[in-house]
Amino acid sequence: MAEPPGLIEARELTKRFGDKVAVDNLSFNVEPGRVTGFLGPNGAGKSTTMRLITGLDRPDGGTATIGGLAYSQLSKPLTRVGALLEARSLHPGRSARNHLLFLAQTQDIPAKRVDEVLDLVGLREVAGKRAGGFSLGMTQRLGIAAAMLGDPPVLLLDEPGNGLDPEGIRWVRNFMRQLAGEGRTVLVSSHLMSEMAVTADHLVVIGLGKLIADCSTEEFIERSSERSVLVRTPDSARLRELITGAGGAVQGNDGTDGMIVTGLPAPRIGELAASASLVLHELTPRLPSLEEAFMELTAGSVEFGKTESGTVGSGTGGTP
Amino acid sequence: MTAGVVTAEWTKIRSVRSTMWSLLAFVVVAIGFSALVATVISNTWNDPGSHPNHVELVTEPRAEQDRGRVGYQLDVIVISSEYSTGAIRSSLLAVPRRIPMLAAKAGVFALLDLVVSAVTVFAVFFITTAILRSHVSITLSQPGITRACIGGILYLTVLGLFALAIGGLIRHTAGAIASVIALVLVIPPLIGLIPGTIANHIHGYLPTVAGQLIGQSSQQPADVLSPWQGFAVFCAWTAVLLVACGYLLIRRDA
Repeated sequence: MAEPPGLIEARELTKRFGDKVAVDNLSFNVEPGRVTGFLGPNGAGKSTTMRLITGLDRPDGGTATIGGLAYSQLSKPLTRVGALLEARSLHPGRSARNHLLFLAQTQDIPAKRVDEVLDLVGLREVAGKRAGGFSLGMTQRLGIAAAMLGDPPVLLLDEPGNGLDPEGIRWVRNFMRQLAGEGRTVLVSSHLMSEMAVTADHLVVIGLGKLIADCSTEEFIERSSERSVLVRTPDSARLRELITGAGGAVQGNDGTDGMIVTGLPAPRIGELAASASLVLHELTPRLPSLEEAFMELTAGSVEFGKTESGTVGSGTGGTP
Repeated sequence: MTAGVVTAEWTKIRSVRSTMWSLLAFVVVAIGFSALVATVISNTWNDPGSHPNHVELVTEPRAEQDRGRVGYQLDVIVISSEYSTGAIRSSLLAVPRRIPMLAAKAGVFALLDLVVSAVTVFAVFFITTAILRSHVSITLSQPGITRACIGGILYLTVLGLFALAIGGLIRHTAGAIASVIALVLVIPPLIGLIPGTIANHIHGYLPTVAGQLIGQSSQQPADVLSPWQGFAVFCAWTAVLLVACGYLLIRRDA
């Protein structure tokens, strides 16, 4: 195979549901050895894209391949790709162990691997219980166990932190970092920006089914124009006048909290202060958070926008 | 398709309590109901106006409707519950090729149906003949009896595949069971009410009407088809539904 087995390639993927275009001519690569965050507002098409990659949905156009092969062409696919899509992808009447056992049998994976992955996610104690009685967090862990069953080089995780407690979220984060460190491909969708900021090395950002960004996390944040400068001065009223006079905008309070200046770079603010002989106690350029950058760069691509009175609806892609 | 995929389908069936309970209910209802009917007939054997066709009582799929009702619900559930619970996503991630998955499911289920039907049909035969022994002697060596017993087993097995295909086509358990009940229990008697030979032929070619012929020990005057012709017609219906099911499995999003 010419392609590395861990490379995911989406080429001009398109999926329509009736009149609605869920995924629109989407092309991107997901490389091995790093965590790629898959971001987008609700309804952006993240889950649909993952379903197209794994062959659950048929694309109306384009292709998705893993190591150069369509998912349906993979022999023993669970040993090539582990996927956590929707947590409720199991029969509630079947025990966790039997769920994993039948999956293992389809791939000729020995049954002892079932116990290994149960230990891995900490479900050994409840393995004989019906999965229908599990909490969302336990169901999510079972989904991760299923994804790891075939020890695959590629992991696709759709909102893996859903329903997990802080300790569980931290566990998933470290787990994904570890998997990427072992050279695996990790594609993870999430709406938890603070979580993605510390987990993802690379981002694929989509909105309304179209690609918005495919770059490193730092680059994505830098691409945002939403730079600001934190300024502290004992003479905030005068500096505020100077800044607004020079075309900048001031947010936040005066006094000890300082003020947030946008529209002017830090050196210019320093020059303005010097020209008026104002004392500055602090002058700190601030990068936006991933969340701020995300909100800015996806502003035109929000399917269910906010009206004056608040949110009018929510997407199906995840729980806010 | 590997042996593992087949083993996995068996694991799926046996690891869900509702399917095992359905199977048990099928056997208990079939045997219990037949024994009850045989006992009542035995006790009223000499009553005036009672002319049971005793040979057919034992072998005709008289209680088939009742046995089948439990049986095909199970077959519907085996596939539709995968969709309604979302388990189909796990199944298709593991076996992304739809036709091998359907083939493994149908194969395992047909075999299970065959074994359970064989046990049930022969249990029914021996229990009812024993109950009626003082009135009539029926043995497997009499004309048509063995064929009817084996026919009953084959009919129930194919009925399972028929229901499985409908479960895969409709994907909602309640809707699929309602459709099977309509096809098996509601439509045939309605068409049977229409007078005339055309309606009679349509009635004769309906899937379960044709399929049940093989479970009868002797040809009835109203029958349009011979037992084996009828079974072939039923198999053809089932094959068409299974092909449609396979086609839609490939075409539709999971």
